[in-house]
Amino acid sequence: MIAGQLPALVVVVPLAAAPLVVLVRRPVAAFAIATAACAFSFFAALLLAAEVAGAGPISYALGSWPPPWGIEYRVDAFNAFVLVLVSGAATVVAPYGWRAVAAEVRRDQLYLYHATFCLCVAGLLGMAITGDAFNLFVFMEIASLASYILIALGRDRRALLAAYQYLILGTIGATFYVIGVGLLYLVTGTLNIADMAARLPAVPDLRPVLAALAFVTVGVSLKLALFPLHFWLPNAYAYAPSAVSAFLSATATKVSVYVLLRFYFGVFGLPLVVETLPMPQILLALSIVAIVSASLVALWQTDLKRLFAYSSVAQIGYITLGIGMASREGLTAAVVHLFNHGVTKGALFLLVGGVALRAGGAGFASLRGLARAMPLTALGITLAGLSLIGVPGTAGFVSKWYLVIGAIEAGRWWLAALVVATSLIAVGYVWRFVEAAYLAEPGPATPARGEASPVMLAPAWLLVAACLWFGFDTSFTVTSARRAAALLLGGAP
Amino acid sequence: MIETAIHPGLLVIAAGLALPFLRGGPRAAVALAAPLAAAALVLFVPEGSHWQAEYLGLPIAPYAVDRLSRLFALVFAVMAFGGALFALNNASRLEMPAAFVYAGSAIGATFAGDLLTLFAFWELMAIGSTLVVWSAGTPAAWAASRRYLAVHLFGGVLLLAGIAGHVGATGSTLFVRFALDSTAHWLILAAFLVNAGAPPLSAWVADTYPEASWSGTVFLSAFTTKTAVYVLLRGFPGTELLVWVGLWMVFYGIVFALLENDMRRILAYSIVNQVGFMVAGVGLGTEMALNGAAAHAFTHILYKALLLMSAGAVLHATGRRKCSELGGLFRTMPLTTVCGTIGALAISSFPLTSGFVSKSMISQAAADLHLAAVWLALAAASAGVFLHAGIKFPWFVFFQTDSGLRPPDPPLNMRLAMLVFAALCVGLGVVYRPLYDLLPYPADYAPYTGAHVVAQLQLLLFSGLAFFVMLPMLRRTPTITLDTDWFYRRAAPAFWRAVESAARARAASLADFLRRPAARAYGWVVRHHGADGSLARTRTTGDMALWVAVLLAAYLLVSYL
Repeated sequence: MIAGQLPALVVVVPLAAAPLVVLVRRPVAAFAIATAACAFSFFAALLLAAEVAGAGPISYALGSWPPPWGIEYRVDAFNAFVLVLVSGAATVVAPYGWRAVAAEVRRDQLYLYHATFCLCVAGLLGMAITGDAFNLFVFMEIASLASYILIALGRDRRALLAAYQYLILGTIGATFYVIGVGLLYLVTGTLNIADMAARLPAVPDLRPVLAALAFVTVGVSLKLALFPLHFWLPNAYAYAPSAVSAFLSATATKVSVYVLLRFYFGVFGLPLVVETLPMPQILLALSIVAIVSASLVALWQTDLKRLFAYSSVAQIGYITLGIGMASREGLTAAVVHLFNHGVTKGALFLLVGGVALRAGGAGFASLRGLARAMPLTALGITLAGLSLIGVPGTAGFVSKWYLVIGAIEAGRWWLAALVVATSLIAVGYVWRFVEAAYLAEPGPATPARGEASPVMLAPAWLLVAACLWFGFDTSFTVTSARRAAALLLGGAP
Repeated sequence: MIETAIHPGLLVIAAGLALPFLRGGPRAAVALAAPLAAAALVLFVPEGSHWQAEYLGLPIAPYAVDRLSRLFALVFAVMAFGGALFALNNASRLEMPAAFVYAGSAIGATFAGDLLTLFAFWELMAIGSTLVVWSAGTPAAWAASRRYLAVHLFGGVLLLAGIAGHVGATGSTLFVRFALDSTAHWLILAAFLVNAGAPPLSAWVADTYPEASWSGTVFLSAFTTKTAVYVLLRGFPGTELLVWVGLWMVFYGIVFALLENDMRRILAYSIVNQVGFMVAGVGLGTEMALNGAAAHAFTHILYKALLLMSAGAVLHATGRRKCSELGGLFRTMPLTTVCGTIGALAISSFPLTSGFVSKSMISQAAADLHLAAVWLALAAASAGVFLHAGIKFPWFVFFQTDSGLRPPDPPLNMRLAMLVFAALCVGLGVVYRPLYDLLPYPADYAPYTGAHVVAQLQLLLFSGLAFFVMLPMLRRTPTITLDTDWFYRRAAPAFWRAVESAARARAASLADFLRRPAARAYGWVVRHHGADGSLARTRTTGDMALWVAVLLAAYLLVSYL
């Protein structure tokens, strides 16, 4: 009975947890409710993923209104994977927030953090699970509004400006998205994504569709921080509370990538996106600029959080690069990297959060001699950094491997060379951390000896372990990504 | 079957990871027992591919054993043991664990039956060896380790691109023999040669190895370049290009070693020189030549380690590295002197040492193929080896004029390590059958024929004579720098300098031509990407919105065209 309602529950439980948290208010209870809700969603997402892998896509009619009239929740191989990532990241970050956020947010505002966190999780999960284009917009707004609040909770006063800028741009992005959906509704008369895809080929006039494609592309590109629409991201990640940086970097941009893929391949279709328009070429060009330019910027950053934020922009470039290849291998790489980078960056931001808490910031001055003050944290950052570079045996290597294979299969040797060569820039910025932490003598800004609280260290190390685990055992990630790629390209589910 | 259940490379790596948590007796026990256990495993594991697994949807063979891989894995395990014994009294907490990870991944690379496993261990080797250099703890070592890592990561990039291309084209990850027929295979060859210390990147060897600690260099000398020889033997036997690359390395090593003053840099250049012999042997490609290259790698690891141990003992005792500051140490360091001299004799292929039974196979292969030029070059190079490593190193360090230093012989563990390796160098020179039985192809070669012995002795005696005749000239130049009237520079192949100076002149004008645009490009990158660069600054919201508009306009424009 319950099992049949899982697609709804996975979103509804964290959504309902938010008002509950506001009602209870007491920090301990708020924390417990939020964590339990996230854990439930994770559990539900795993069950859904298992079911989808066995029995194919699940369609769930919300309120028993059959699609395309009612809102449909549709779980397939691709978004089940995204659901697992989002709810998994939420479940890891939620306990981390217990100590980390308590130190960064005023005590009487703590319950607000937990409530908005639940809302953000619910919004992102909703974006991934819904099969309705307008419902997706609603969830996008829920997630975005929640994330503006979460970022603004940051201790640094610049967090307010960052949240404000993100708010303006996020709103522009969402507006563009909804304009695009409106245009599609105009020509197809439906909001159900599958239905839309079925009716689009019969549309006589292509112009509104092309305009819709442009609006959706730019709107979602803004959300996923594709170069040059990424300028909101570094500050947002750098000044948000650490738990928020970790959660958003692991999930928010990734869900937007999912939306882009869903619209490109699930609505507009390969012929329109690839053959009628040079979308892949544009995406490829922007991705390459993103990878090179953002990695170079990261190289000169003086704050570790900002450094990793810029590295996120570069890593998103790798994901969109895979999309731009528009081939099976390329999409596999994109989907795998979406997951692997989420895990890697999540680990990094959680660990950096521990440093920022103990040292009062993550500037390079406070990283000097960190290996002696916080050996486990320094080692964790180094290991996750190896995954960021793509060293074999780490999750990052797996994504890079498929990108290279995809490039070579498309006969683009230069692209393969670019992918492996740009990882050397990543070596450069990870090395800067290693040099400061392991080689430099501790300075006045270095925190006193002692690790972050175990409640913070354990979730972070869980993700570090995941970076290594998914570098060895690729059965879950790669199989899921392959299925997703096949699904997107119209093959067997 | 315990020998197929435990991978010797992973065993050594695991031991290395355990070492930081141990102290005193248990630490020594683990450090010495793990390599010995690995060596035993290597000896007794049957041939064949023992572990079948799948990675990234491709079948891989992480534990594939045959005669060739067993030979190299064995000497790597022995080397890990000797290095650990020698380094036991090094206080560094990082060096030995890093060296074990390094040695273990070298063993892992030799047992890699597929390219993905090879790549993983290849990268791990780069990281482990970088940490070994690091742990010396001096600013020079840090800087050198950085350059070293950059070179090896570049090699790794080449290798990964090549492997991906090979897998993409053939769908197979198996490590087989490659033909130079595609970009991918050229990339793989280039990556192998980077690690072998081949031109144009030979400089990393002499740049990095001498900067490690007195014990770190001993580890470093063994694994990276010899793993490269191993993969060349497996992937590119009989590739003619390698003959010329090898000869180039042989003479490069000799010339620079003769010009060098730092005793460990001399030995580092001599690594390039010796690996050059092996690479040339791989290029010749006959069974005799491949046997010779493999055997030479085996013996070279042992005597080069011995030489670097004696140099390390001197450095440990005196803290000095320059030949011009050393000398006369034989009075108080008799054991080190004897062991260093044995190593020097072995590297010079003196009869009754291990070098003699291995290197002559390569020359013999060249003679069998009637490649007179190659044979002659190898013979000339043998004389050159005797000059730079066989005489120059022991003479200036242990004999020469008295430097007034009176350091004692090193501690017991270091003495033992030197004795073990000296015994191996002499033992293999006398009882060479066990080594020959391990070689990849049946070896019916007889090293101790009258002709061989006499020819080699003539070569050595005359080059030795030349050295001592010229000694008065050496005395006048106690600091051995770039001094034009030094005999060996003129005796050394004259073409080398001609090529060098021509290349340098060309390079200088080219560099000038390139420098200003390069500087300008770098300035541009920093201006835009630096901490306050235009791409890194916080932008106004309007700026960001403008970009959105621009991009939307661009998309719309494209759509409507």
